Amino acid sequence: MNMMSHKEIGVGNLLKSGLTLKQNRDAIIARTKETGYYDGLEKLELRDSDPIGYEKLFSKLRGGLVHARETAKKIAASPIVEQEGELCFTLYNAAGDCILTSTGIIIHVGTMGAAIKYMIENNWEANPTINPGDMFTTNDCAIGNVHPCDIATIVPIFWEGKLIGWVGGVTHVIDTGAVTPGSMSTGQTQRFGDGYMITCRKTGVNDEPLRDWLHESQRSVRTPKYWILDEKTRIAGCHMIRELVEEVIRADGLSAYEKFSQEVIEEGRRGLMSRVKAMTLPGKYRKVSFVDVPFKHDDVQVSNAFAKLDSIMHSPCEMTIKPDGKWRLDFEGASRWGWHTFNAHHVAFTSGIWVMMCQTLVPTQRINDGAYYATEFHLPKGTWCNPDDRRTGHAYAWHFLVSGWAALWRGLGQSYFSRGYLEEVNAGNANTSNWLQGGGINQEGEIHAVNSFEASACGTGACAIKDGLNHAAAIWNPEGDMGDIEIWEMAEPLLYLGRNVKTNSGGYGKYRGGCGFETLRMVWNAQDWTMFFMGNGYMNSDWGMMGGYPSATGYRFEAHKTGLEQRITVGDSLPLGGDIDPSNPDYERHIDATAVVKRDKQCVTTEDCYDNHDLYLNYLRGGPGFGDPIDREPEAIESDLNQKFLLPEYAQKVYGAVFSQDAKGVFKVDAAATQIRRAEMRKERLARAVPTREWMKEERERILNKHAAVQVQHMFATSFALSEKFTKEFKAFWSLPADWQLLEDELDVPTYGSKHRMDLSQMPDVTTVVQVEE
Amino acid sequence: MSTYTNEQVAHLVEGSLDWETTFRMLSMPKDNDRFKQYVDALQKKVTFKDRIVLPLGPHMHIVQSATSKKWIVKCDCGHEFCDYRENWKMHASIYVRDTEEAMTEVYPKLMAPDTQWQVYREYYCPTCGTMHDVEAPTPWYPVIHDFEPDIESFYKDWVGLPVPEHAD
Repeated sequence: MNMMSHKEIGVGNLLKSGLTLKQNRDAIIARTKETGYYDGLEKLELRDSDPIGYEKLFSKLRGGLVHARETAKKIAASPIVEQEGELCFTLYNAAGDCILTSTGIIIHVGTMGAAIKYMIENNWEANPTINPGDMFTTNDCAIGNVHPCDIATIVPIFWEGKLIGWVGGVTHVIDTGAVTPGSMSTGQTQRFGDGYMITCRKTGVNDEPLRDWLHESQRSVRTPKYWILDEKTRIAGCHMIRELVEEVIRADGLSAYEKFSQEVIEEGRRGLMSRVKAMTLPGKYRKVSFVDVPFKHDDVQVSNAFAKLDSIMHSPCEMTIKPDGKWRLDFEGASRWGWHTFNAHHVAFTSGIWVMMCQTLVPTQRINDGAYYATEFHLPKGTWCNPDDRRTGHAYAWHFLVSGWAALWRGLGQSYFSRGYLEEVNAGNANTSNWLQGGGINQEGEIHAVNSFEASACGTGACAIKDGLNHAAAIWNPEGDMGDIEIWEMAEPLLYLGRNVKTNSGGYGKYRGGCGFETLRMVWNAQDWTMFFMGNGYMNSDWGMMGGYPSATGYRFEAHKTGLEQRITVGDSLPLGGDIDPSNPDYERHIDATAVVKRDKQCVTTEDCYDNHDLYLNYLRGGPGFGDPIDREPEAIESDLNQKFLLPEYAQKVYGAVFSQDAKGVFKVDAAATQIRRAEMRKERLARAVPTREWMKEERERILNKHAAVQVQHMFATSFALSEKFTKEFKAFWSLPADWQLLEDELDVPTYGSKHRMDLSQMPDVTTVVQVEE
Repeated sequence: MSTYTNEQVAHLVEGSLDWETTFRMLSMPKDNDRFKQYVDALQKKVTFKDRIVLPLGPHMHIVQSATSKKWIVKCDCGHEFCDYRENWKMHASIYVRDTEEAMTEVYPKLMAPDTQWQVYREYYCPTCGTMHDVEAPTPWYPVIHDFEPDIESFYKDWVGLPVPEHAD
């Protein structure tokens, strides 16, 4: 008598069709597979019979989603949400397939769908049950979230007792209660340190958040005020959209809405294929990118000995554009996941990629799961982009995703270039870092965490007809914005001593990559304070294109025991502005000679202590270049010199510019002398070069002798262990003996996790949702 | 769909197109005639008689040899690299920046990769010294054959043009 009946827990018939949610989803998948059309929709009845009505529905819903986002974000106090717009709302059909999404971080077009599908596959309708007015919260990276700081609220939408869909809202919170503060921290090496993890938990009933959830969640993070306001933002947006759907159904009828919610996905599928055909060129494109994972350094302090090694992420991509407009993205050969926070679930990949594509291939409002159905993804199980172990950390999955997708820019760029759509070419994106993060007791005397989102405005890649944009954008947020200094100074106990364009940070080329920027921050009025760095340093993740150079790599600058308090008191000179030439540093001339300075390429560090008046340089990277630099117009070089976008030394060495500087410091490039110098440079290039096949003989010897740094060998060893195809191709290319091999065991580095792994799918009572070819 | 004059496309190739037209190109549906106009504009710029089949880079094309009708990869300067199905980089001149000294020739201290992790491979035309590509891989990485276009499908099915004659 103390148990609820089936009636009370609402098992079955949520859809009023006699089908469970899973049966409904299975049937859609089967019809899609059988016919090649989403849900078997060869004909789009509603769209074809009433095209204007269909468009009206589209506009109402899409407009409502955008409106909900714009309105709800004003509730948030976190600058990440309110200033940078790190939120988005998405509408799903009953099967969890995305119908439409708002603007913003539309990487979540599919991540919340993956959570809905997880609830469907694991029979949430029986337990914990799904009822009108419910709210579910999720951020579980093992079932498709990108990283734990993207918290999603999911609300089912009912009409007269029938479940007709879902709406999800996501915000990027400032802290997740991970081992170290900030939303994308580095101190942890596993899920168990990644912060508060919630798996599609019912957190609200009858539109009210449950009290146990409110109490538990707010004390699980360092920034409860931001957390609760973010939650209110998500709930408000979801409820606005739910009301919108009700309004639409009242006006247009349930049948029209339900037809629309299926047809628009099929339309999205066809839309991507026609876009691919309209913009690109069929063929195979092979690109690759890398990320340094320098964990051996003393300034990376982690709790596990097995994580203390240097390695490299390897992301080879073969993009095949087929004659019918479908395309396949194949990451065979990718390296293994690792003991860090950069791993990515396959849904983060398949869903997140559209945030990039909406900036290039599909710059339309019509992004939904149709694009997913028009794309074949091959993400081998066990790789960094599809881990096969339930322990993996994901806090900064973007570090690898951003870099992995840099290769796609170049593939698409090649296709646009060859087809003549030069205006669309983009050499790539910046490695969107540094991430300034940290925490402690802030200027208000409260426990606090910071996560600067200045990385929203890195340099963009060069185009085939113009330079990239300076400090303008981030691949993961199409509305990139560096945020106002005044707002950051309120959110962080860090004063600005400079905010400048970063000289020489854009990749050189006929058209250069956009420059990044740098901000010099001084700790001020904190009590206990820590910070750390997160970004690329030893390597570039982007490459230049067609003769352009990659952008500059990252480096770090921090200074302690600076004596600035005294210097300010006595009016002595201060370190101000940019770190213009790190070969000839100037900041050190304006702090005590006894200051402790770290100036190096170690751009991943863990939480370290900072006193008031200590310094931290936040350097946001530039974008890669396009075309041979010696084709660059002299006027453009002159402009770069005069705006301090380029150091004179590199105007000479890379661009071959011959110039003079007048008494006022204004540069003037001599076009005729430059032309002569460039002719000499061509000769110098050939004098120092050798035929590729000659060089290959020497490189082959180095491979045979296993002459390479351990991190390089480690990367290859993990890729070889996962992919026979990659191994064969590598050995064939270098004509290596049949018995040549490279194993992790021979590298004298920790191999924990290299042989024994356990996937989430092996846990009892768990059905995982696989959305890629593994 | 917008259309553009041959002159406008020629300006696009030169990087001298006005912003208003460039913006229209970016924001409007694509003009399917662009490919032909583009190749025509490029053909006028080169001094050789071979027909451009597909542009590969600012100074590199797949051309149909005027004499043999074979499709080959060719530099603007006239240098012929190889058959279009091969990786032209294997027939280029290469300079590898694999020391700190070589790296600091192109970037200030701390702003270039550490060559124990990553090198720059610069591929030049053996005749004119044009830098056609810069790869940035780890040591040991194979030379990447990065583009194998399906030219026949593209001409026939995508842009509705006759496929140029092709002798194997």
